[in-house]
Amino acid sequence: MATLANDAIAETSPRGSGTWAAFALVVPALVVVGLFFVGPLLLSAVGAFRAADGSFTLAHFEKSLDLYTRDLLFTIEIVALSTLLIALVAIAIAGYLTLGEHPRAVAVLRWLYRWPLFIPFVVAGQVMRTFLAKNGMLNHALIGIGLIEPISAQSMLDWRGIVIAFVWKQAPFVTLLLAGAMAALERQHVEAARNLGAPRWRVLIDIVLPQVRGTLLVGLVLSFVTMLSVLSVPLMINPNSPTMITVDVAYRINTFADYAVANALCLLSLLLAALGAAFYLRHAVQRAGASTS
Amino acid sequence: MTAHPPGHRSASVLASAGRLVRNLLVALSLALLAFAIFGPLLNLVLWAFAERWYFPNKLPLEYGFTFWQRVFAPRGNALASLGTSIWIALLTVVFSLAVAIPAGYALGRLKLPLRGLILLAFLLPQAVPNLPVYVNIAQVFYRIGLAGTVTGVVLVHASHGLVLAVWIASAAFASIDGSLEEAARNIGASAWTCFRTVTLPLAAPGLMASAIFVFLESLDEFTGTYFVGVPDVTTLPLLMFNASMGGNYQIASITALLLLVPSIGFMLVVERFLKADVLAMVGR
Repeated sequence: MATLANDAIAETSPRGSGTWAAFALVVPALVVVGLFFVGPLLLSAVGAFRAADGSFTLAHFEKSLDLYTRDLLFTIEIVALSTLLIALVAIAIAGYLTLGEHPRAVAVLRWLYRWPLFIPFVVAGQVMRTFLAKNGMLNHALIGIGLIEPISAQSMLDWRGIVIAFVWKQAPFVTLLLAGAMAALERQHVEAARNLGAPRWRVLIDIVLPQVRGTLLVGLVLSFVTMLSVLSVPLMINPNSPTMITVDVAYRINTFADYAVANALCLLSLLLAALGAAFYLRHAVQRAGASTS
Repeated sequence: MTAHPPGHRSASVLASAGRLVRNLLVALSLALLAFAIFGPLLNLVLWAFAERWYFPNKLPLEYGFTFWQRVFAPRGNALASLGTSIWIALLTVVFSLAVAIPAGYALGRLKLPLRGLILLAFLLPQAVPNLPVYVNIAQVFYRIGLAGTVTGVVLVHASHGLVLAVWIASAAFASIDGSLEEAARNIGASAWTCFRTVTLPLAAPGLMASAIFVFLESLDEFTGTYFVGVPDVTTLPLLMFNASMGGNYQIASITALLLLVPSIGFMLVVERFLKADVLAMVGR
């Protein structure tokens, strides 16, 4: 009996101290995230509901909705449309990379699609400010091939500019994730379906895509949330109303030092992100559950 | 494919015509994509070297280096901003990795209760819009005197970069074959020796990738610096933004080009550091 108990202790105690050691390794990183991310986030939630005298109020939200409902809708439209376009572009490119039959075309595409991957949003904003302007290269190209008359050349620096900048910058990121996931798939099903004569787009939609849905979802939600809090692109491309909520937040702070309404607006955009994050967390929890069980 | 029965000839002509059309479509799509990706970049390069350019001229009327001289003038603020940016990015890398490597090792390699929950905590800064954080941290930093300081900006950059670093480090550690470590332990290596001589070198490419990610993210960060850095810390992205909003397209484009160099350089080599097996483990 005694030896059995000793064995049990000998077995559990190193594991017990190992657990503490593992926790100790994680704690510093958790503290940094807690102090400089979670803390300010909570402050934002508190500030949005607190009146000047410290009591609870909904006035900041009323004011936000009064002034910025149109911008909220504008933000939703822009981000939703961009996410949709990013998904289509990423599926098309990753699909061709996985199933394409011209080795040379696949190689060119693989080299080509990634260029904007790490270009910062603020630079993407400047790049599009030159490209989409009335005197930009896009207009000159369209005039050059006879698609539009010089007289009808117009600046695209409005909602279209924001969407184009977002898709240009984020699609390569989602494509990279998606193509990686597709490359890791077993080829048997794909080969089998191809041998049975299924066209490639059917193979992509019916066989490949369902297996990488999780990766696509993660990439899209990350992009969705990222685009919601980008300040530079709307500020540079379309600063006038209607514009995105981020611009309004910066305006409330820089012009009126109005942190209360800024926080209310932030919380509203958090709510939007929560919609996306709900998908994301559900997926992450499923994954975590699957890996621990 | 050389000798066809007569009846099949028209079918094979049709098939090869179809193939030709398909090849043309592929080439056309690639050309369009190339224009969509390089057109905007090329336009930026043109602006960087344009002395005079206005509508409806397709190309600049005059090229030159006048604006480059202004950007790189000894008393110009571009070089100072570049220095500030690089200094902040280096400090952010050191700080982030110092806390991310232990955390990544624990998450990727050790038995950790509540692992799912802890991973979720590290997902937070990526899954939540950052604007509310920057706005409020700027207010707090203002009160405690960290606003407008390099330290303040580094802390903001690190709290965000750290998360990426933890993810990649944990994936890098998790993708290591455990039997190698066991072999080292079996021939008598201590846990620390085993970590130092087996685990760390194997994870090095992934850790290198996370260091570069954090460096780039800090170098390119705009919104946090915009709120926390004012008025004294002007990084390169802020300088570019100010020039662009001030209508100086040449200065803005030159600064943008400077920022593009590391971004594109990293894009070209990223797969050397971040192998598919590590990418597949991200977020697991």
